[in-house]
Amino acid sequence: MSEGDATPVISLRSVTRVYGEGEAAVRALRGIDLDIRAGEFVAIMGPSGSGKSTAMNIIGSLDTPSEGSYRFLGADVGDFDRLQRALLRREYLGFVFQGFNLLARTSAVDNVELPLIYKGIGRAERREKAIRTLQRVGLGHRLDKDPSQLSGGEQQRVAIARAIASEPAVLLADEPTGNLDTARSIEIMELISQLNDEEGLTVIMVTHEPDMAEYAKRIVHFKDGLIEVDGLNGTPRKPALEHADVR
Amino acid sequence: MFAETVRQAMQAIARNAMRSFLTILGVIIGVAAVITMVTIGNGSSQQIEADVSKLGTNLLIIRRGAGMGPPSAGRSAPSFTIKDVEAIKEQIGGVLAVAPANTSSVTMIFGNENHETSITGTDNEFLVARDWNIALGREFFDNEVSGGKTVCILGATVREELFGAGDPVDETLRSEKFSCRVVGVLEAKGASSFGQDQDDTVLMPIKAFMRRIAGDQDVASIYVAVQPGFSTDKAKSDIEALLRERRRVDPGEEDNFSVMDTKEISSMLTSVTGVMTGLLSAVAGVSLLVGGIGIMNIMLVSVTERTREIGIRLAIGATEGQVLMQFLVEAIVLSLFGGLIGIALGLALGYVGSNFMKVPFVPDWTITFIAFVFSAFIGIVFGYFPARRAARLDPIEALRHE
Ligand SMILES: Nc1ncnc2c1ncn2[C@@H]1O[C@H](COP(=O)(O)OP(=O)(O)O)[C@@H](O)[C@H]1O
Ligand SMILES: [Mg+2]
Repeated sequence: MSEGDATPVISLRSVTRVYGEGEAAVRALRGIDLDIRAGEFVAIMGPSGSGKSTAMNIIGSLDTPSEGSYRFLGADVGDFDRLQRALLRREYLGFVFQGFNLLARTSAVDNVELPLIYKGIGRAERREKAIRTLQRVGLGHRLDKDPSQLSGGEQQRVAIARAIASEPAVLLADEPTGNLDTARSIEIMELISQLNDEEGLTVIMVTHEPDMAEYAKRIVHFKDGLIEVDGLNGTPRKPALEHADVR
Repeated sequence: MFAETVRQAMQAIARNAMRSFLTILGVIIGVAAVITMVTIGNGSSQQIEADVSKLGTNLLIIRRGAGMGPPSAGRSAPSFTIKDVEAIKEQIGGVLAVAPANTSSVTMIFGNENHETSITGTDNEFLVARDWNIALGREFFDNEVSGGKTVCILGATVREELFGAGDPVDETLRSEKFSCRVVGVLEAKGASSFGQDQDDTVLMPIKAFMRRIAGDQDVASIYVAVQPGFSTDKAKSDIEALLRERRRVDPGEEDNFSVMDTKEISSMLTSVTGVMTGLLSAVAGVSLLVGGIGIMNIMLVSVTERTREIGIRLAIGATEGQVLMQFLVEAIVLSLFGGLIGIALGLALGYVGSNFMKVPFVPDWTITFIAFVFSAFIGIVFGYFPARRAARLDPIEALRHE
């Protein structure tokens, strides 16, 4: 798992996360070490309740470890305050959720513009960028549609567009295909793997479906708050040719 | 960035148009109430000033007791008599007309028509003092005044009510206590302050009034018109000196009567309207405060409802400050909307109310501006707490919120 000695983008050391106190305490993470380098495509697998989402939240700086250290590009995130963590999310991270989490009654293009607004990008540039990104995910013809007018697969693509519009270093996707049927799931996986292949986007994705994990170059198995297996996927699945261009 | 925040706030407001409207209803009502009150109050004051100056700048009105308003102090103060009126006429220099005036209310009947009006016992000098001309018929004859004949002169309204277009002269009106023969009709003067109709009146010789209505020899008030070119202030102090002597007010003791010129009457009346306007505006101001609390309440509900949205925004990179700003600006834009609608409504109601009360429409732009600024202020004060609550949400908790 360690080619080269460049600073990993993400580096977790002995990270634990305990919810609650005393008798009722739940140890969601019991000490994990994980290094992820630029350009990797990592699938996190494991049974329900094994701590996958907890780890993603910590990596996404939405949550902080109870113990252990988290370094992002060498910087100790443990020292960050609320504002710095928000800025880390804004400048370096893109999120995709199982439930899409688009803003209701807000058009696709407005949804994609949102992170760009927070980055302070001017109106014209922002709109152009949002449209370009939506075209990139194959939704150039659905710009003005509300989430309620889009299918699940389309909604997830808007969410992906929103996550990558601000050109993050890492895309974090927690069960992105969890709410989709197989055909739609494959489309989303091919899009994500394309972004990784063609644009060098670092991807960390949680899934419990082996078929989806097959797209990743590296698979990490969680069990009971620990990493059980961490290995390269020798033969990552490539996008089928007929799907190569989702536009 | 700020323009962007405002644009987003507008979008959020438009997305919930109905609820947004209900949210700001309190502010709308508060602002509209303040503006309406002030507008009508201003109009009334201006009307009063105009009316009083119509009385003539050289008019003095003498009443018993100190000051105007309900004569509570006046009750113990003795009335005037006809002798006082004559004394002023004879001993004060530069007076044009001196008239006693006793007023009561009465229902006048003619044929099948009846009309409740006010009746004033006085004499012809009253017409001079009030600068009031006869439109039809004549003034009282001297022997009618001295003999206390039950003859009367009608105000234009009374004539209209009882006779329509017909000629009332020489007709006889009845009332419960007396009947009187109409000798003349006054020129129409129009409405006065507080929408009171000056033409809704009947004049009769004061002796007839005393005998048939009052049952005593008291004179309630005296009108004095000062000749042009003579100082009203001088006439006023002369009258005060004379009446103190006639009424045996000891030196050092306060007057038990008051002599007011039209300026004083005007400022007294306007200050009464001013106080009323102030009180009503204060009540309206309280409703503005309640409106602000309404905004806070709905904003808190809105934050709870939009918890998930806030979580999403935080996850995709909004800082705490940006979320705080968003909700704060939303509250401010909302209450400014409320303020603007309230101002428009208040001006419209003020216009309608002024017309209804027959006073001029006098919008107060200072108050309008203050109302506008104040509604922004309400947005800031009552929007801050909900906005801070939104900004401090834990993103994970917020995202998990259903
Ligand atoms: N906010 C929380 N409070 C208490 N326990 C939690 C909380 N979030 C997760 N857990 C617990 O931590 C464990 C790991 O959860 P999670 O990381 O969501 O698992 P996974 O995503 O692998 O299904 C589970 O036992 C879960 O019940
Ligand atoms: Mg999970």
